[in-house]
Amino acid sequence: MAQYLIETPQGKWEIVCGLEIHCQIISKSKIFSGASASFGDDANEDVSFIDAGMPGMLPSLNEQCVHQAVKTALGLNATVNKRSVFSRKNYFYADLPQGYQITQYEYPIMGKGKISIDLEDGTEKEIGITRMHIEQDAGKSIHDLNPKKSYIDLNRSGVGLMEIVSEPDFRSPAEAGAYLRKLRSIVRYLGTCNGNMDEGSMRCDASVSVRPYGSSELRPRAEIKNVNSVKFVMQAIESEAKRQVEIYEAGGTVRQQTCRFDPLTGKTKFLRSKENANEYRYFPEPDLPPLILTDEYIESVRAEMVELPDAKKKRYIEQLGLTAYDAAVLCENKETAEFFEKAACGQDAKKVANWLMGDFFAMLNAKRLTIEQSPISPEQLGKLVGLITSNAISGKTAKDVFAIMSEKGGDPEQIVEQNGWKQVTDSSAIEAVVDAVLASAPDNVAAYKAGKTNLLGWFVGQVMKQSKGTANPVIVNELLKKKLG
Amino acid sequence: MTDLTDLTLTEALDGLSQKKFSAVELTKAYIAKMEANRKLNAYVLETPEKALEIAQTADKNYQNGTNRALEGIPLGIKDLFCTKGIRTTACSRIIDNFVPPYESTVTQKLLDAGASFLGKLNLDEFAMGGSNETSHFGAVINPWSKQTPLVPGGSSGGSAAAVAAKMCAAATGTDTGGSIRQPAAFCGITGIKPTYGRCSRYGIVAFASSLDQAGPMGKNVRDCAKLLTVMSGFDKKDSTSANRAVPDFEKVLGLGVKGLKIGIPAEYRPDGLNQEISKAWDNAAQILKENGAEIVPISLPHTKYALPVYYIIAPAEASSNLARYDGVRYGERVEGEHLNDLYVNTRTAGFGKEVKRRIMIGTYVLSAGYYDAYYLKAQKVRRLIKQDFEESFKNCDLILTPTSPVEAFPIGDKTMQENPINMYLNDVFTVSVNLAGLPALSLPAGLSANGLPLGMQLIGRAFDEETIFKAAQTLEENIGFKGI
Repeated sequence: MAQYLIETPQGKWEIVCGLEIHCQIISKSKIFSGASASFGDDANEDVSFIDAGMPGMLPSLNEQCVHQAVKTALGLNATVNKRSVFSRKNYFYADLPQGYQITQYEYPIMGKGKISIDLEDGTEKEIGITRMHIEQDAGKSIHDLNPKKSYIDLNRSGVGLMEIVSEPDFRSPAEAGAYLRKLRSIVRYLGTCNGNMDEGSMRCDASVSVRPYGSSELRPRAEIKNVNSVKFVMQAIESEAKRQVEIYEAGGTVRQQTCRFDPLTGKTKFLRSKENANEYRYFPEPDLPPLILTDEYIESVRAEMVELPDAKKKRYIEQLGLTAYDAAVLCENKETAEFFEKAACGQDAKKVANWLMGDFFAMLNAKRLTIEQSPISPEQLGKLVGLITSNAISGKTAKDVFAIMSEKGGDPEQIVEQNGWKQVTDSSAIEAVVDAVLASAPDNVAAYKAGKTNLLGWFVGQVMKQSKGTANPVIVNELLKKKLG
Repeated sequence: MTDLTDLTLTEALDGLSQKKFSAVELTKAYIAKMEANRKLNAYVLETPEKALEIAQTADKNYQNGTNRALEGIPLGIKDLFCTKGIRTTACSRIIDNFVPPYESTVTQKLLDAGASFLGKLNLDEFAMGGSNETSHFGAVINPWSKQTPLVPGGSSGGSAAAVAAKMCAAATGTDTGGSIRQPAAFCGITGIKPTYGRCSRYGIVAFASSLDQAGPMGKNVRDCAKLLTVMSGFDKKDSTSANRAVPDFEKVLGLGVKGLKIGIPAEYRPDGLNQEISKAWDNAAQILKENGAEIVPISLPHTKYALPVYYIIAPAEASSNLARYDGVRYGERVEGEHLNDLYVNTRTAGFGKEVKRRIMIGTYVLSAGYYDAYYLKAQKVRRLIKQDFEESFKNCDLILTPTSPVEAFPIGDKTMQENPINMYLNDVFTVSVNLAGLPALSLPAGLSANGLPLGMQLIGRAFDEETIFKAAQTLEENIGFKGI
């Protein structure tokens, strides 16, 4: 992949970026209480006494959240730590009822891992993952309902989170974007997080610094908090990096700081410097014993693992003969891959992939539908490709059939039948039409014979027209050439 | 007719089963004592109607023969236990209007066994104190006081005073650094802090989570054994509670101490230890020896670090545990311009001086730059203290020590008020046990020249409360201590 650099008249700069992703764990109840962890309920509907920080209430760890975290760790090719410890991160805020967040600090549940990201030129890059820990989410403060009051919704308070910290391995905004998409794809495949950034169930903090190209130093970084879409993460990294380059080139220094991204201006805004950072007073959570996982437990989770996008992609390339690019596109989204596999069952996989990524995606886009809402079932799409492969219809007819399937739905075979579009492959039937066409245009026949051989296309067109497009074009060509000598 | 409040809990249960008197009569007798002794300030909330209601049910159950383990026994509850629908304050202004919509596991177990609650008992604010003087509801007077009002000890001062003055058949307490044993010693009653994890902490207002344990405070060893059997047990709502079977602690009473090895730690007899306490200690050891136990000298070399370690770890956990009292959701709220002002105003008004001191200490020892030197080091020494006990228990079955280096002192005592360290020093014999998570019982071992009770402490192996109860019973029988 081409090197991404910020180039100015004064020099070339390289981006150094790492991402911390918070993923809300899919679980029935919260990580330390029995309250529902569902999204979108009325404010303060899903709050237990524990989540509200009532006196004397104690956390108890939800096994399902641990299970999901272990599954995610395995999906990230990471070490599962058999002993991890919960800690308290102490700070005061109105939507943090206990006055501390229960998280993991020195001993997280997951150690080093790695995933590979797919770059636009079809190559891959490996990204290191430093660690993942599990923790509880805070509630939500709502400041815009009343000019003088803030409202607190504790539904989110105590929902389980996985915080996945990458190495500072990203050298371009595009790499960060690809990583986010890959991570989202993996957790969605695993069913451990729904990955919906707009709902906040996946949130991203980006740490950005720059350095002169060729140098290996690490300069002070800016941490951009809580960016809520892949596009914004890429924009934020780009604009923050440019800001830092401008400072350095003007002879200034960048201080370690926290900022936020403003989607309206496309720029980052300073929040606080490192000196003013919160003092979190971490210490081991005395209400929870260390979390001990056995090999048997980890293996039992491994036994439930599904085929992940990388393995699927490899299989598509090696066994189905797809290109790396096509395979990556089809695998990114679990639903797309499932649709593809159903459609390709017993069919020419490459042809199915072309149809899926061409006309089918275009149709979904035009209709603003998700793949689950498609008017065409995967089996129907497969059948359509099957009709082309068996020469039952031509590629051109197939487009017409597809248009009808998109609008009205229906089985492609029936549509072909009803419209009489089945390709005629009976030579004698086609020969009759060819003879009729030749008989009706003696001048052109003469001209052809005199050397104007490019008239062949005109003859073919006439035959197709007469046969209402059902004549097999290969046979038509053969017959015409024979008869015109 | 004898005063029903003179009966031990066990005797009262016998009388109820034999229908010598009714639960209502028993309850009324205690209510009368509770009302007559209001000057002691032991109760911060009286709930006689509820107690009588339960007593009526209890009488029906005795009629039907469906009576349970503590049917109709009127108890006092330390106001640190959340009681559903009954105001629970931790004796702090910051939640002095808090009515929990839930019941603590321990009080639920007592209710399920048929006990009733006469009311909520005074304590040091958030259980932080050793004299019950830090309570938002004022000091408790030790019923043994003569002219000068004396402290009952703390933090379970209300519980100890109420049991000693027969204002309840028995009481619940909690012990973080001696809060059951020291007031039990000061008030001439028996109390046991069980092994950490024996009783659920669910629903008990937290002070220091790794040290807090609930336990019974009663008129004698048997009453405590009976109560602890009911109060103990695994609770999935408390991840630190122990998932192990609870024995019937009463069963071992009377088995004696023959063949037991009793350790006497050298470090608990510093130069200048009060002569009377020293004598009571020797006397107790002699009794055990005469009953067939072997006395062995032992060493707990890290004892001298126990107090500083305790006064780092307990405030550290407390500073975090008390962060939830912020004026946002319940309890006291003093408004402010911004959120931070609301916090400062609320907590300034809501917490007392000792609580603030400990929050400050705890915040300090957890701060970046100090964490390693204080909190982390304290945790390391805590392990050494625990190892001291583990080593010693290879050579003995129980450890016998005094409960407190002092007897009950006057309320408002100048040396204690001027320097909190002097107050903290009273915990010197009790805090190690909490740091090690071990069970320990205090029972009255005689009177001082001032006519005040002196307490003896028996420390056992983790989850071996049974051996403690056995030896305590032997001591109790031979000492023949008379209550008020």
